[in-house]
Amino acid sequence: MSETPLLRISNLEVDFPTQGGSVRAVDGVNLELYAGQTLAIVGESGSGKSTTAHAIVDLLPGAGKVTGGSIVFDGQELVGATASQLEDIRGRLIGFVPQDPMSNLNPVWSVGFQVEEAIRANGVATGKKEVRDAAIDVLRKAGLSDAEQRLKQFPHQFSGGMRQRVLIGIGLAANPKLLIADEPTSALDVTVQRTILDHLDELTREKGTSVILITHDLGLAAERAEQLVVMYRGKIVESGPSREILTNPQHPYTKRLVAAAPSLASRRLTAGLSVAEADSEFDLTAVAAKRAARTEAGDVAISLADVTKVYSIRGSGFKSTPFTAVDRVSFDIKRGTTMALVGESGSGKSTVARMLLGLEKVTSGSIVIDGQAVSKLNAKQLFALRGRMQPVFQDPYGSLDPLRNIANTIAEPLVTHHVGNRAERTARVRELLEQVSLPWSISSRYPGELSGGQRQRVAIARALALKPDIVVLDEAVSALDVLVQAQILQLLAELQSELGLTYLFITHDLAVVRVIADEVCVMNKGQIVEAGTTSRIFESPAQEYTQNLLDAIPGANIRLGA
Amino acid sequence: MFGYIVRRVLQAIPVFLGTTLLIYFMVFAMPGDPIVALFGDKGVNPAIAEHLRHQYHLDQPFIVQYLIYIGGVFVGDFGTSFSGQPVANILAQTFPVTIRLAILALLLEMIVGIGVGLISGLRKGKLFDASALVVSLIFISLPIFVIAFVFQFVFAIKLGWARPTVSGAANWGELILPAIVLATVSIAYIIRLTRSSVIETSGQDFVRTAYSKGLSGARVVRVHILRNSLIPVVTFLAVDFGVLLVGATVTEGIFNVPGVGRTLYQAIIRGEGPTVVSFVTVMVLIYLVVNLLTDLLYAALDPRIRYGK
Repeated sequence: MSETPLLRISNLEVDFPTQGGSVRAVDGVNLELYAGQTLAIVGESGSGKSTTAHAIVDLLPGAGKVTGGSIVFDGQELVGATASQLEDIRGRLIGFVPQDPMSNLNPVWSVGFQVEEAIRANGVATGKKEVRDAAIDVLRKAGLSDAEQRLKQFPHQFSGGMRQRVLIGIGLAANPKLLIADEPTSALDVTVQRTILDHLDELTREKGTSVILITHDLGLAAERAEQLVVMYRGKIVESGPSREILTNPQHPYTKRLVAAAPSLASRRLTAGLSVAEADSEFDLTAVAAKRAARTEAGDVAISLADVTKVYSIRGSGFKSTPFTAVDRVSFDIKRGTTMALVGESGSGKSTVARMLLGLEKVTSGSIVIDGQAVSKLNAKQLFALRGRMQPVFQDPYGSLDPLRNIANTIAEPLVTHHVGNRAERTARVRELLEQVSLPWSISSRYPGELSGGQRQRVAIARALALKPDIVVLDEAVSALDVLVQAQILQLLAELQSELGLTYLFITHDLAVVRVIADEVCVMNKGQIVEAGTTSRIFESPAQEYTQNLLDAIPGANIRLGA
Repeated sequence: MFGYIVRRVLQAIPVFLGTTLLIYFMVFAMPGDPIVALFGDKGVNPAIAEHLRHQYHLDQPFIVQYLIYIGGVFVGDFGTSFSGQPVANILAQTFPVTIRLAILALLLEMIVGIGVGLISGLRKGKLFDASALVVSLIFISLPIFVIAFVFQFVFAIKLGWARPTVSGAANWGELILPAIVLATVSIAYIIRLTRSSVIETSGQDFVRTAYSKGLSGARVVRVHILRNSLIPVVTFLAVDFGVLLVGATVTEGIFNVPGVGRTLYQAIIRGEGPTVVSFVTVMVLIYLVVNLLTDLLYAALDPRIRYGK
């Protein structure tokens, strides 16, 4: 392409002033985007990918400031542009689709109002009726077929996916030349993610809109964009055509990312490929391959038979309507193996976990652990059982007490169950920290001083403190960056083979399942729709629902090694 | 919505009966015999005392007295004060004055409180914000009678901008100074509430999205920041209006305003049972209505809140 690029960023620097001096979030970024192109910026949290995107439209959070470099869009310099120049460009020439659909619509205004506002501000239409018609048109195109009826509704009456469609509609309302999509689907279920991204592709291709897609998911980036930019600590470490980067990464960081992405790992497994780069410290393909090679494990540790959970939901007046969250779920988990429970949000998978842990009463059916029916246990026996069955939850920020230091956090189950004396407990904490590859030096620190990945390791160490046989992992890696996620998955696999642990692994991410699980149960609307060994489910899914979930794994359409 | 209002009104009935019964009992249990007190230093004439007791139903058992009173309230008869004036007349004279005072104070609170709070919030950490915080803290810390006397002395006596006390007519102009005094403390709270609410809202994702749509800065502030920030402020204002409506004893006393607060205070001192109970009954009603309106207003401002079906 010989024409001038639509967007040219050169030597961009963004600083955030903090109490201890300023922190450079973006450090000398250069990139070019031509009309009609889609470019993905990939990186983990804190890599500066979102900051770069926000800097383009001068919407940096807090006190963030562009301190150097230039951003030329369509022949106009944006660094140092006046407020009114930027107002003119925003919305009209550069559309923006934000990350979290839950917090990006104003809760007190109707959805129609918020779309109409964008249309009016950018001069797409004037006059009450014309603006309304344009709003309906925008929302229809964004995939809300009943837009006319829903204009007067408020954001809280829309689901997450619907809200994201509204936001995409707002972003594209004025047919901008460039659309910046900042993790547009990270908060959504995989199947919803796929439909929305497909739709976004279609809309931008039709109009020839250029797109900058910010994502942490390498598979997703490669699937949706021709050009890829990998960012690490504020710098671009690698850029070029997506497929080339994916198949032949040059920079060590990119190599690690490629090896760690569960979506790609599962892809490689399905394709029967191994990763050429053996120098990568986390290779999920290898982890999964080792698992597959293992011989069959022993007897049944956990057995669920027709487990049902009915909640009563407050209806109008004094009536309440029963809601079946879990409907006759049965499965067995063999000792030393991993059972994955997969489904979209609201499928009832977490409720199963809570019932298994005894945190929630079973409405009907039975849960048998090591031959004992949980419902028949008295308080003392239940207490003993809880010592052998430990949970790890999704949110590493919420599941650690911020006022307790790491050593005390990990030792807490030991104290509760009166295990050992003070010295023995300290020794055990030391041993556990070693098992989860954390240095002893962090034992006196507090959760607020640790990264997300470190916190999740602490949560795992705490779960292992009592030497349990069973660990229930409820979305334990969902909130983590890919590299950290890979580390934790690898750690879990190692601990399982060392200690013979039995895992119930709950996740919405099928890609992770491929790596970690021996058997899979797919849940939908409280019921198990399909169950089987991991390889069977992935290679020949019997149900359409499962097939849909599999197709929705980002990167599923990428051919590797070809 | 309609069902919700009906339910709230029905809930108000036991609250109304309970509070009036409690107040009636407290007045009943006050030490001293009000009839004996009426005679002052003169000797008590047993025949007249007996007659007055009968006239005011004071010879009946407590619960009968209460039922006679409450029965009267429902037909608009609030009883008679010891000076022979129907209590309904006293209510009709004093409440309009207090309502005028309350409206003036509320307007001041809204204009100054929200205005200063908004600017402070948008210019967090700047000179204006810092000064507003300091001044509001001073007004929160000062007792209201100090503010009242200082304002009276400076603005009325020294500068002569207003009359130090209010005439019997208590018209709008005369009430401005007492209204300012009455509003100061609330203004200080509203500045702080608005400020923190504006700061919180400004950091919300949807504000950034509003900018990204290409809206002008002024429109983002007006439509997205201010509207959302005002939800807690409006609730505070509504409750405060209820407080203003039931009178301000101290301020009305200092400025000699013939309003509810001063009259009620005097009635308590004199032990005038029917007057005290009637005033408090009306206050209870005002509170119940203001509370209901606050809840409805809250739902109107925030569409996420919907009552009933």
